Amino acid sequence: MFDSFFFLLRENGLKVSLTEWLDLMEALDRGLAASSLYNFYVLARAVLVKNEADFDRFDRSFRQYFGSIETPPEVADQVWEWLKKNDLFRDAPPDRPPWEAWNLEELRRRLLTRLATQDAAHHGGAHWIGTGGTSPFGHSGYNPAGIRLGGASHNRSAVKVAAQRAFRDFRRDETLGTRQFEVALRQLRRLSAHNEEQPEVLDLDETIETTGNNAGRLRLVWTRERKNTLKLVVLLDSGGSMNQYSTLVNRLFQAVNKSSHFKDLKFYYFHNCVYDDVFLEPMCRRNASLPVSRLLRLLTPDYRLLLVGDASMSPGELLMPYGALDWNAANKEPGLAWLKRLAGHFTHTAWLNPIPERGWENAEGAYTIELVGQVFPMFELTLEGMGGAVKKLKARSRS
Amino acid sequence: MTQVPPSYRGSADYIVTPDLLQVVNAAFVLGRPLLVRGEPGTGKTMLAASIAGALDMELITWNIKSTTKAREGLYVYDTVQRLYDSQFGSRDVSDIGRYIKLGRLGLALTAPLRAVLLIDEIDKADPEFPNDLLWELDQMSFFIPETRETVAARERPVTIITSNAEKELPDAFLRRCVFHYIAFPDRETMAEIVRVHHPDLEQNLLRECLNAFYRLRDVPGLLKKPSTSELLDWVQALVLGGIDPQALTREMPFTGVLLKRQRDHQTFERYLRAHKG
Repeated sequence: MFDSFFFLLRENGLKVSLTEWLDLMEALDRGLAASSLYNFYVLARAVLVKNEADFDRFDRSFRQYFGSIETPPEVADQVWEWLKKNDLFRDAPPDRPPWEAWNLEELRRRLLTRLATQDAAHHGGAHWIGTGGTSPFGHSGYNPAGIRLGGASHNRSAVKVAAQRAFRDFRRDETLGTRQFEVALRQLRRLSAHNEEQPEVLDLDETIETTGNNAGRLRLVWTRERKNTLKLVVLLDSGGSMNQYSTLVNRLFQAVNKSSHFKDLKFYYFHNCVYDDVFLEPMCRRNASLPVSRLLRLLTPDYRLLLVGDASMSPGELLMPYGALDWNAANKEPGLAWLKRLAGHFTHTAWLNPIPERGWENAEGAYTIELVGQVFPMFELTLEGMGGAVKKLKARSRS
Repeated sequence: MTQVPPSYRGSADYIVTPDLLQVVNAAFVLGRPLLVRGEPGTGKTMLAASIAGALDMELITWNIKSTTKAREGLYVYDTVQRLYDSQFGSRDVSDIGRYIKLGRLGLALTAPLRAVLLIDEIDKADPEFPNDLLWELDQMSFFIPETRETVAARERPVTIITSNAEKELPDAFLRRCVFHYIAFPDRETMAEIVRVHHPDLEQNLLRECLNAFYRLRDVPGLLKKPSTSELLDWVQALVLGGIDPQALTREMPFTGVLLKRQRDHQTFERYLRAHKG
């Protein structure tokens, strides 16, 4: 009798399956709702919705269908207004205690989950980060205020970004869809029994062998459990042109971050291209950076290097000395030299590009994509591309 | 299901919201596992104990760790013991069944009476873990190849699964569960909870405690917000320390019971200083 409710839920983006719907029908048949709408509400939510982040979506659908309560759309608008005001937090003086910023994040997280749809929220989030920027991606990036800063590639000063980097942390509450990435990442392992664990697994073959040699008297042989010895370093582009891919990159970031199976995992950030320094935070601030020369000394060549970025920039950023986008980055050598240095140091490298592969030739930064693609094996940031990158990083020898 | 299961009405030492009651009973009737999520300290784990206590069922807890494998919950084949026994001839080793040890899920299935199975913190395990249990939780049976035996539930256990949402659970798994999110208790529910544990507490003290507690939870930037269990400990400390309720409006004694991290103490002090004048 509620069939259209089922379709309404699906229309509103809740992935209700037939199994769950039939469960609900069975529960109703058994009188679990006790002919009360509220009981039905609780029951339907428990059986159909499996994530508290979707509760609000369910509520809205429920209201829409049963019409008992009105949906106040202005709430969502209000929240956005509120967020915009607090946007100023980015410019907070440095002596402000750090927890305030954290708290903003927490509030945002809660509010976001309460917003109408996750997609819209994220769309808005990108909007919030780079308000009003409309220039095509790959063209020298946006500044945080959203003013287009493109310009001729040969005019160095025009490409410089004067403003501070936008506050943007990938560690957001984006969890939808990370699972698939997680599973793909699980393939990225090199199992080895040469670790420091206590031997505690029975080596059956070896036990039989030594017992046989021992004239049938039992001699147990223990071995260590095989552990992943793979070390991974991830360099993420947090440049302006990456804004539109933030959802996708978030998912990847979450997935990598959650993968506890690496022996070591390091994250660094760069802005469009890697130059003399990489950064410890997505904001790419100078006071939290690490010279690449030190990075190369710090990390042995057997670290797997995964770069994530659109590789789409003005050619000057890649090819010219002092071509870096940021005011205070005075790179004596062009970005390409630094990329080649990285590629030469690590034995296994791969580049994930959020621009779909079919678009590489026609994208804004087709020229730089091609150049970077010559240095690093490049894959699109999809499940399939990720599989290819993982294969590359796992390969026994360099290819 | 042949019999009408007894319905759960909550227990003396555990306060259940009407919503949760209904969801628990729905999970009973449908024979589906109940997945419970919520902030730490909202009594996710306690729920299973309360159900077991109220309905007089055995509680079988399976604590999940990052290294837990799905198979361990079913059974473990003790090869080492069998090898030893074959060496010393102390027991008949031809009977493999003697070396099959049932895991927690296996025990829940073979329990003579309907049991409560708590799979605690399922999200701690490997991402594949829930998928490995799909069939077993669906059918409530599994096969042991070593003995060619099928272990099947005499009585479908009441299965409670808790998660802290550290990892996402697979959709296929979620489809088979009934889900409930335990929100942090509001002031009234919390007052009830405290009263269950401290029935003799003065009304005044209780009110001031809760005021102070929720004020503290609202302090921005805490790494670990105090939860129910910390509140209960704190109340205990206040009662033992004989604190005057009026004093709570001015200062907060024993904050060490509520805040566990050095950083949180500093945050709190800074907050107090900022809000003094």
